[in-house]
Amino acid sequence: MSDHTTPNKSFWTPANIITAVILAIGLVLTFKRFTMGIGSVTNLTDDNPWGIWIGFDLLCGVALAAGGYTTSAAVYLFGMKKYHSAVRPAITTAFLGYAFVVFALLYDLGRYYRLPYPLTIYPGPTSFLFEVGLCVALYLTVLAIEFSPAVWETLKWKKLRHYAHSLTLLLTIFGVILSTLHQSSLGGLYLIAPSKLHPLWYSPYLALFFFVSSIPAGLSMVIFEGGLSHKFLHHKMDETHIEEAPGVTLGFAKAAAVVLFAYFNLKWIGVAMDDNWHLLATGWGAWFLVEVIGFVLVPCLMYAMAAREKNQKLAFWASIVTVLGIVLNRLNISLVAFNWQLPAEVRYIPSWEEIMITVFIVTLEITVLRFCLSKLPILHEHPDFKEAH
Amino acid sequence: MKRRKFIGMLAGAGACLAASSANAGGTHHFKGYPESFGVLFDSTKCIGCRKCEAGCNKVNELPAPAVPFDDLTVMDKRRRTHHDTFTVVNKYVVGDKPVYRKQQCNHCLEPACASACFVGAFKKDKTGAVSYDASKCVGCRYCMIACPFEIPTYEYHDPITPRVRKCTLCQPRIEEGKLPGCVEACPKGALIFGRREDLLGIARERIRKHPDMYIDHIYGENEMGGTSWLYISGAPFSQIGMREDLGITPAPQFTSGPLGVVPAIVGLWPVFLTGAYALTKRKEKIAEEEQHHAVTEAVAEAQAEAAKKLKAAMDKAEKDKLSAIDKEVKKALKEAEEARKKAEAADAGEQ
Amino acid sequence: MEFMTYHDFMFWTKGMAYVGMGVGLVAFVAFWLFVTERDEDKFADKEEE
Repeated sequence: MSDHTTPNKSFWTPANIITAVILAIGLVLTFKRFTMGIGSVTNLTDDNPWGIWIGFDLLCGVALAAGGYTTSAAVYLFGMKKYHSAVRPAITTAFLGYAFVVFALLYDLGRYYRLPYPLTIYPGPTSFLFEVGLCVALYLTVLAIEFSPAVWETLKWKKLRHYAHSLTLLLTIFGVILSTLHQSSLGGLYLIAPSKLHPLWYSPYLALFFFVSSIPAGLSMVIFEGGLSHKFLHHKMDETHIEEAPGVTLGFAKAAAVVLFAYFNLKWIGVAMDDNWHLLATGWGAWFLVEVIGFVLVPCLMYAMAAREKNQKLAFWASIVTVLGIVLNRLNISLVAFNWQLPAEVRYIPSWEEIMITVFIVTLEITVLRFCLSKLPILHEHPDFKEAH
Repeated sequence: MKRRKFIGMLAGAGACLAASSANAGGTHHFKGYPESFGVLFDSTKCIGCRKCEAGCNKVNELPAPAVPFDDLTVMDKRRRTHHDTFTVVNKYVVGDKPVYRKQQCNHCLEPACASACFVGAFKKDKTGAVSYDASKCVGCRYCMIACPFEIPTYEYHDPITPRVRKCTLCQPRIEEGKLPGCVEACPKGALIFGRREDLLGIARERIRKHPDMYIDHIYGENEMGGTSWLYISGAPFSQIGMREDLGITPAPQFTSGPLGVVPAIVGLWPVFLTGAYALTKRKEKIAEEEQHHAVTEAVAEAQAEAAKKLKAAMDKAEKDKLSAIDKEVKKALKEAEEARKKAEAADAGEQ
Repeated sequence: MEFMTYHDFMFWTKGMAYVGMGVGLVAFVAFWLFVTERDEDKFADKEEE
C-alpha cells in the first residue's frame, strides 16, 4: 500500500485541475460574501430568507452524514462485528460532513462571529434551532474524538490513541442520542410555519420523518462511498476491508430496505392523519407521489431485491436513488413546497454564486476526504495498531 | 436489531402525538400582560395617503425612499416591508372601489419570532410591543421563516452588522406617553392607539353600530393566538391581502409538543442503547461459553480416546514383553538343556 | 413564578429541561458504572449482568 505517487504521474490530474478551478472561484466568491454581504452573492430576499445553503448544505449535509451513528451503533451496540471495517470510513465521512456543515453555516449566518452565542450567553431554549445547534456542536465533538485515533495512529501517539479509543462505547451511545435529536430537530424547524409549507409536506410528524429517513440516508452513503472506494482507492484497502465489503453492502442494503419500507408507511399515515387524500389529485400531489413512490418505494424495492439476490451492483444503484430521494425531500420541504402560496415572481431560485459556493464547499470536503482516505489508516489498519480495536 | 430501534421510534411517535395535542402544560392559560397597548386599524377610514409611512420613516430615522411618500402609484403593485420600510400601505380593488390596508408587525401576543429565535432576541414587552435586540442576533433569519405575516426583513447588504428590521410599535415613544409615528401622522383617524382591551371594545361597538359597513370579525382578536394590532374592514379580509387560514393556535404551541419529546429521548435512549449493548455482550459471552464448553468436551473426548488407545498399546506392549521374555527363557532353558546333554555325552565318552 | 405569556412559560420550562438532560446524562453514566461494578475476585459467584 504505497501512498507515494509513481514518479512520472503529475499532480495535475484532470480531477485536481477541476478541483483547483473550483477552489479558486470559491475563494473569490467567499471574499465577496464577507466584504459585501450575503445579498451580493445570493438571491435571498425577505420573502425567502433560507435558500440552498440551508436547504442543501445544512439539511442534506446532515442527513447524508448519518452513516456515522448508524454504522457505529451496528458494530458497537448491536455487535455486528462483520461491519467493523466500515466504521472508520463512516465516521470520517460523518466528521467531515458535520465539520463542513458548520463551515457552510458561517456563510449563511449574518453575524457568523456570534455563532457561539446560543450555547453560551444567550440561549433561546424555545427554539428548535437551539436544539439543532446544541446537538450538532456536541455531536461534532463526539465525531472528532471518534475520528482522532486515525490521526494519533499516524503520529504514533499511543497514549492519546488509547484514551480516545477507550471512550468508544460512551461516544457511540451519546452519538446515537445526539443524532436522533438533531436529525429530527432539523425537521422540527418547520413545525412553526404550517402556513408556509404545503400540507402534503407539513405534518406534526415532520421531526419523526427526518429522523427515520436519516437512517437509510446514512446507510446509503456508506454503500455508495464503499463502492467508490473499492473502485478508486482499492490499493489503500487492506485484506479485512476488501473481504468485509460485500457483507457491508448487502447487510446495509437489507437494513435500508426495511427502514425505507417503514418510512414509506409513515408518509401515508402522515397524509391520513391530516386527511389530505384529496390533495394527491393536484399538481402538488403528483410531485408528492414522485418523491414518495419514485424515491422511497422504488429504492426500497431495489434494496430488497439486492439483499435477496446478493446483488451488490443493484445495492449500489439503490443507494444513489435513496440519496437523491433524501436530497429531494429536504429540498422539497425547504425550498419547493415552502412558500408554495407566494406568487411565482417572488419565488426563490438560487443565484449562480450561491450554487458555486455550495459546489466549492462540497469540493473542499471531497478533497479533504480523499486526502484522509489515502493518508490515514481508514481503509486499512495501521501496521502498529492491528487488532487494537 | 434495527427492530429495537424501530420500536423505540414508535414509542417516540406515540409520545409525539400525545405531547402535541397537549395544551400549554396541562391547564395553564396565559392571558398576556394586562393593560398592554395595541393599535386598531379601520380600513373603511383609510384613504391610502401614505402619511403613516412617512411618519414611520421620520420617527425611525430611516433613509429617504427612492420614490417619495406622496407618490400614490406605488400602491399599484404588491409591496411588502423592507429593511428600510417598516410599514407599507397596499391598495386592493374590491368590487369597483379601492380599499387600502396598512401592513406592519402585528405584535402578536405569542410571537412566532420570539419562539423561533435561538438567542432570545425577541421579547414581548409589557407595553405590548414585540421588541428586537440586535445585540444578541446571530443573523440566522429563522424569525423570518416563522412569522406567519411575513414581516421581519433583513439587511442582506451589510457584511458585518446586518440586522433584522421591523416595526417597533414605537416602544420608546409610547413609554414616554407619545403616540406611534404612524398613528400620529394619520389624518383620518384610521389608526387608533390604546389599550388592547379598549380597542377591542371600540371595534365591537363600531361593528355593532354599522353592521352593513363592516365584516363581523376583528382580525387579530384570535388569529395566531391574538395580536396587538387589530383590523376591522368593510371588505372581506382575504380580499385585502390578509390570510384567513392561519388559525388561532399560537405559534409556540406548534413547537412545544415535539420539543418536549427531546428530554424523553435523552432519558430513555441511554437505557435502550446501553441495554442493547449489554444484551449483545451477554449473547457474545454465552456464545463464547458454549464454544468453550464444546471445545472442552471435544478435547476431553479426544483425551479419553487417546488414553484408551494408550492403555491398549501399553497392555499389548506388556504382553509382548512378557511373551518375549518367555521365549528367551525357554530358549535359554533349551540351550542349557542341550549344553547339559552335551556335557553328559562328553563325560560318558571319557570313561 | 408567574408567567404572563406562553412564550415565557416555555422559555423557563424548556430551559430547565435542558439542564435536567445534562444532569441526567451524567447521572446515568455514574449509575450504570455503579450497577455494573465487578467483584475483584474473579472466582466468586457472579450475578448475570
